Amino acid sequence: MTSATLPASVDAMLELLTSRGYLAERSLATVTYLSLRMGRPLFLEGEAGVGKTEIAKVLSAALGRKLIRLQCYEGLDVSSAVYEWNSAAQMIAIRMAEAAGDTDRDQLSSDIFADRYMIKRPLLQALEPDVAGPPVLLIDELDRADEAFEAYLLEILSDFQVTIPEFGTVKAPSPPIVIITSNRTREIHDALKRRCLYHWVDYPAADRELAIVKSRVPGISAKLSQQVVRFVQALRNQDFYKSPGVAETIDWATALSELDARSLTPQVVGDTLGALLKYQDDITRMQGDTLQKVLKEATSD
Amino acid sequence: MAINHLAPEQTEQFADNIVGFARALRSAGMPVGPGAVIDAMGALQVIDIGNRADVFTTLESIFVMRHEHALIFKQAFNLFFRASEEWKHMLDSVPLPEQAKKKPQAGARRVQEAMSQPHMTETPQHQEQDLRLSVSDKEILQKKDFAQMSAAEITEALRAIEKMHLPQAELLTRRHQPDPRGLRLDMRRTLRASLRTGGDIIDIHRLGRIEKPAPIVALLDISGSMSEYTRLFLHFLHAIGDARKRVSVFLFGTRLTNVTRALRQRDPDEALASCSASVEDWAGGTRISASLHNFNKLWARRVLSQGAIVLLISDGLEREADSRLAFEMDRLHRSCRRLIWLNPLLRFGGFEAKAQGIKMMLPHVDEFRPVHNLSSIQELITTLSRPLPPHHRSLIRPAA
Repeated sequence: MTSATLPASVDAMLELLTSRGYLAERSLATVTYLSLRMGRPLFLEGEAGVGKTEIAKVLSAALGRKLIRLQCYEGLDVSSAVYEWNSAAQMIAIRMAEAAGDTDRDQLSSDIFADRYMIKRPLLQALEPDVAGPPVLLIDELDRADEAFEAYLLEILSDFQVTIPEFGTVKAPSPPIVIITSNRTREIHDALKRRCLYHWVDYPAADRELAIVKSRVPGISAKLSQQVVRFVQALRNQDFYKSPGVAETIDWATALSELDARSLTPQVVGDTLGALLKYQDDITRMQGDTLQKVLKEATSD
Repeated sequence: MAINHLAPEQTEQFADNIVGFARALRSAGMPVGPGAVIDAMGALQVIDIGNRADVFTTLESIFVMRHEHALIFKQAFNLFFRASEEWKHMLDSVPLPEQAKKKPQAGARRVQEAMSQPHMTETPQHQEQDLRLSVSDKEILQKKDFAQMSAAEITEALRAIEKMHLPQAELLTRRHQPDPRGLRLDMRRTLRASLRTGGDIIDIHRLGRIEKPAPIVALLDISGSMSEYTRLFLHFLHAIGDARKRVSVFLFGTRLTNVTRALRQRDPDEALASCSASVEDWAGGTRISASLHNFNKLWARRVLSQGAIVLLISDGLEREADSRLAFEMDRLHRSCRRLIWLNPLLRFGGFEAKAQGIKMMLPHVDEFRPVHNLSSIQELITTLSRPLPPHHRSLIRPAA
């Protein structure tokens, strides 16, 4: 894995993402480029399945950087996000020192709080130097973590350093590329957003979504892919509890392609709707007239 | 065209424009700090300012911090840097927008009231009467219907509401803190303590789970039929929101408005004023079903995800009562920890759920309570402090 140089313009950024199969809107490429140039974290918000997480993966692959992922959840704390001491190994070290008749307390305490007894979790790993260049740190679904963790992130995101009481301050020689995603299940505090570049990732327009489907589901026929995209776009105009994202479109296109479907029919749509809609109420609403209407919209030329 | 290729006076003009733009955004109600302006200047150094779309995205990524503001930003951007083929307008002189109109200062009304009150020059006899009245007033006040209160009584009630405390059933979180009776072993502190004794473990340190109050989400009906109660309830919600952070408040009449942020201002008068400024359908009709639908669709996942208690404050007089209403109520009920319906109509002794809307909603609530006077609000507070239903017991402990 070799490190590629950072793109020098928005167009170069767009090209870099496209070369890895990520067909981004120009605005997303612009903020990504800015985030790299300014060394600022990128905060991406948007509905589930619009490709927020994907951009971190693509970026790490395209730039040849290591991808470090921190999946957030309620109750995420320092010991699972930053570091933890290997207590068992420390205990053994203490016993060994005792058995050897070593009684220098200060020496003992500096020995057992050394680097080798530390278990490094994603955030600390991201601050370490890497031969390929600073890694890509993905802090995924930050809205799932609680406010206390968000507050902890403030120091890391503005100074790229963490303070460990027994050890001192660890500072990154050069800041990692940070991508933070949120599905908006709750609001993230302004203090954190202020340290980042903010971008709302929207559902793609029809032509872009069509290009995405074609590149992700290679075997699909032109007719079917067009109908799939039209159907999904029409579905997003309906008043559903959860509209399908791009990830769902790709899933559905793959499913239809696996079933050797040539075009959308009420039968095949009814059978595979579960790939697109994830709430029973939404699926129930899609029966009958609504299905006919959306289908007609999608298949008319 | 990059900014660092500009002549010094052009750069200065450019900076002025960004500052002016930030000021325009601020007066449009967006929180734009001076730090953002500096960031914006920095960001424009590294992109091609000849490309309007890129400049738009760049400034947007710095000035917009929440999706709701994206539209305001777009309009402000188009107005400020008028649409043009060439981007040279960026360098043209753009008039600075007028200063935003000065807001009436917080507490102005109270100061005014205080100033206009009769001075204490009345005869001593008069004063005595006043005192006697105020003692009995207090008792009457507790039972008096909000709808029948005089202005002075309402002021008194507001004062009483501000003093109310809300002890709350606490939720156990998944976070830990040092706790001598905790169930988990705190190896890190135990080891550190053991080093003081040369490696012998004498004290075992423990961790217990942190408790915090359950979030409260209030849905307050502000339609015409509820108008006598709205202000008092807003005061109540402001008072409980002041004491704890996790209170979200939504107002609904014909449409749903999130006023959580507006209500978070410290001063009750200012909070209520900015609340009413953000609502368009004050004291109009009611569309409970549509409002609940919007809440379920746009907000439920965001504000109910941490086991919230929902207070639905409404008289339930819905015109379009159909199966949708029952459906939305059911969904709301299923997505929160506890749904409490507060209905001022319950004050009438012989209240029967005759209205179609109320019949539809009743099966889906955990509790149905009256709120029309101070003592019923006090009872509500007592209810909220009781332990939560048994199926949540494993996670919840009543407040000590």
